[in-house]
Amino acid sequence: MELASLSSNLLYAAFVLYLVATFFFGGAIRDKRSQSSVSGWAKIGFVVTVIGFMTHLGYFFTRWIAGGHAPVSNLFEFIVAFAMMLVGAFILIYSIYRVSILGLFTMPVVVLIIAYASMFPRELSPLIPALQSDWLYIHVTTAALGEAILSISFVAGLIYLIKAVDQTKAGKKTFWLEFVLYSLISVISFIIVTTSFNFMNYEATFTWVDSNDQQLKETYSIPALVGPNQGDLQTDNRLAPIVDTPPLVNAKKLNTLVWSLGIGLALYTLCRLVLRKRLGAALKPVVKNVSLDLVDEISYRSVVIGFPVFTLGALIFAMIWAQIAWTRFWGWDPKEVWALITFLFYAAFLHLRLSKGWHGEKSAWLAVIGFAIIMFNLIAVNLVIAGLHSYA
Amino acid sequence: MENKKCTCGHINPYGTILCESCGRALTGEAREQKLYDMRYEGSARRSQTYNKSIIDKVWNFFSSVKVGIWLIMLTLIGASFGTILPQEFYLPNNVDPSVYYEDVYGVFGKLYYIIGFYDLYNSVWFIALIAALGVSLVIASLDRVIPLYRALKKQRVDRHESFLKKQRLFAQTDEIPNEIDLQTVRNQLKKKHYKINEENGALFAEKGRFSRWGPYVNHVGLIIFLVGSMLRSVEGLYIDELLWIREGETLQVPGTKGEYYVKNEEFTVENYGEESDPEVFNEALERVGTVVKNYQTDAVLYRDENNELPGAEPQLIELAKDDIQVNQPMKFDQFAMYQTSYQKDEMKAMRFALQNKSTGEEKGELTVDLFEQQDSYILGGGYKVELLGFYPDFDGFTEEGEPKSKSPLPNNPAFLFNMISPEHPDGEVSFVEIQNTMEPLGETDYKMTFKSLETRDVSALTIRKDLTLPVLGLGGIIFMIGVIQGSYWNHRRVWIQNKNGHLYVAGHTNKNWYGLKKELDLILKGTSIPAPEDQVEKNKK
Repeated sequence: MELASLSSNLLYAAFVLYLVATFFFGGAIRDKRSQSSVSGWAKIGFVVTVIGFMTHLGYFFTRWIAGGHAPVSNLFEFIVAFAMMLVGAFILIYSIYRVSILGLFTMPVVVLIIAYASMFPRELSPLIPALQSDWLYIHVTTAALGEAILSISFVAGLIYLIKAVDQTKAGKKTFWLEFVLYSLISVISFIIVTTSFNFMNYEATFTWVDSNDQQLKETYSIPALVGPNQGDLQTDNRLAPIVDTPPLVNAKKLNTLVWSLGIGLALYTLCRLVLRKRLGAALKPVVKNVSLDLVDEISYRSVVIGFPVFTLGALIFAMIWAQIAWTRFWGWDPKEVWALITFLFYAAFLHLRLSKGWHGEKSAWLAVIGFAIIMFNLIAVNLVIAGLHSYA
Repeated sequence: MENKKCTCGHINPYGTILCESCGRALTGEAREQKLYDMRYEGSARRSQTYNKSIIDKVWNFFSSVKVGIWLIMLTLIGASFGTILPQEFYLPNNVDPSVYYEDVYGVFGKLYYIIGFYDLYNSVWFIALIAALGVSLVIASLDRVIPLYRALKKQRVDRHESFLKKQRLFAQTDEIPNEIDLQTVRNQLKKKHYKINEENGALFAEKGRFSRWGPYVNHVGLIIFLVGSMLRSVEGLYIDELLWIREGETLQVPGTKGEYYVKNEEFTVENYGEESDPEVFNEALERVGTVVKNYQTDAVLYRDENNELPGAEPQLIELAKDDIQVNQPMKFDQFAMYQTSYQKDEMKAMRFALQNKSTGEEKGELTVDLFEQQDSYILGGGYKVELLGFYPDFDGFTEEGEPKSKSPLPNNPAFLFNMISPEHPDGEVSFVEIQNTMEPLGETDYKMTFKSLETRDVSALTIRKDLTLPVLGLGGIIFMIGVIQGSYWNHRRVWIQNKNGHLYVAGHTNKNWYGLKKELDLILKGTSIPAPEDQVEKNKK
């Protein structure tokens, strides 16, 4: 028990350190000196990041010892490990290019990802037979590292777009850039909604009927805007659902999604009202000293570095393990298919870039789409599509 | 279709655009162009040279990177559709997909079934897409790698100045550098691991040429992989069988042509316990309930020594004992035997007592083995029970009133007994199913009372042989080598040439121009030699 609580304290510490690092990287932007020399702010930011990373590693290995297996066995553990890899990937890319703006954008994403992870059950869980193998950590950590390095490409691509997209006229580009930013806000909104109702100990129990006409119970921990099929509210003084869903839809998850997107939209609108301009436009001054060529290069380099790692971890190691645990190396399980899709997408990215000369903005948009695919595979495939990988 | 001789004397194959040796433009068009895309060095690529016959057209179609990218994107989008609803092979065994999809997913499910997405990955169009991708891999690679290899092998140190001028990174000046500056540049180049060649005042530095072969190496790996996955249909290379085996049974291992037998000594399912396992898991166990710790079949493997002799009784020799667990298959010969599924507590035998209804007195007990029934069970003292009918998987009555069984498996056994006693020497008929007794021919004085049930576990083992794995493994390894080779190194070349009072500086790389430019800035820093400029960027402005 000692070790387990030490482990979670280390994770808290890492979380806070990443937050602190964000502010230092922010300070580096305000620094008037030219971009080429790394400012003192950025240096401190980087050191804090490295300390945070060490603490994060501390969390990882103490939890590993406490549980007796690599902490990558459920959604919480995996997402936290992914965040750790993201910091590792950032440290790697930063030591090549020393661009502080990358820190300013990566660290908040890391903070957001850890917060997001902690919305899922956090206790140490024992391994089901299928997961009892050394390949668990070999496959999962390599795949996560590959995805993390590829995600840096998204961060660099986003910086590129914020700088490059012309905010003087509204159009497709400004819309989609706002959409990306709104998606990030929705994650914040999800965290706020979940945490607040959790804090209030909100609970509403429903009985409902599934597709086999069986009566089941479901407990909501946030108010039900979307209720289950033929849902009947059992708890007093709780909000009655506005709509019912068909039995196949997971009403509880859909409800959480509706809340997150709704509050996200409210937050986004609020930001727009306060700033009186698009968020993309509001962020523009932050990136004004950025060299477009440099972030384009970073975005591309991250793909080049991350692609082989991803292939090795998410396809090759995955196939070896699948052959051992599931008797076949490939079975068209949704997670497998989406790993293949990610692979094909980045293969197309590289061909477009190297042979068709898709540089700069086109390449940046592709990096954003690639990240969306990775996130879809990381989250949606586990939560929405049922398959062999649905551990959470 | 004849070879082209360049002014420099080198003989180039037909279709060459820039001389393989000196780099002079060989076509009028190329002479006009200020910049030339040097990706393939202006070498003679088949797809750029011929476009007459059908073969040319097919070749040109598949050699195009644009077509390749389209194929990748179509495969990607196609594959994603298969994840919307579960594929046919993930459905429960006993359901008919033609009704299942509509039943469970409504109109959308019906549509999904009709379009054929329920078995998307085996559909003709999907396999055709993959095949097209394979063809594209072969043709696009061949079209480029051979001419590129020739060109890179034959390059001269001093190139014609037009070749340098056509490079993307280029600068020229009339200021001739002194020997000190040149020496600085040489030292810097060496520091950056360039190989330097010099000839008649021309300096050529190159590094990482082998990374140019990376893409072709990884394509070879992919092709081997694709070929490997087709080999599965070759007789004898691939076996995939499922064996349901009850505790205590010894069965032939399917797929081994009767050579091997396996015995299931015991099957166990073990759950995590709050007492027995580390305390740290208690919280999780309390939240989710039971978590399985282990599925295990204690198996004994035998070889039939008489397998070769036709008609002989099997003579089993024990080969090995192993506990087969998930993630720990038992391996023998070229086979692996996996723990894949199980059924707990299959009914094996039922014990009944013959009881007098009015006195409650039991006249004796009998055990019906659900797999091997007797016609009658003699209890002594004039008491006897005949088994008139046995319905292992009872599923109601036919229209004629006959009981029926849905399968030979004892999932829901029912019995038609004739109970013979001294009072009723002809017997009384009783129909017994689980938790229900019927007396179809009138009320009886005796009844069959259920006493106990004997069960055993059934384990499902997958037997697999896959001799295509080494081929796939080889493909995977070659692919990884190629990807790493092409990704983590760059091919970079620098030319510094002093000709007729002009100094030309040019640089070329296959990727990462920004990086090369930075490197050149650093190498030429502090010398009189100008750092080459990106002509593509310059032209844009």
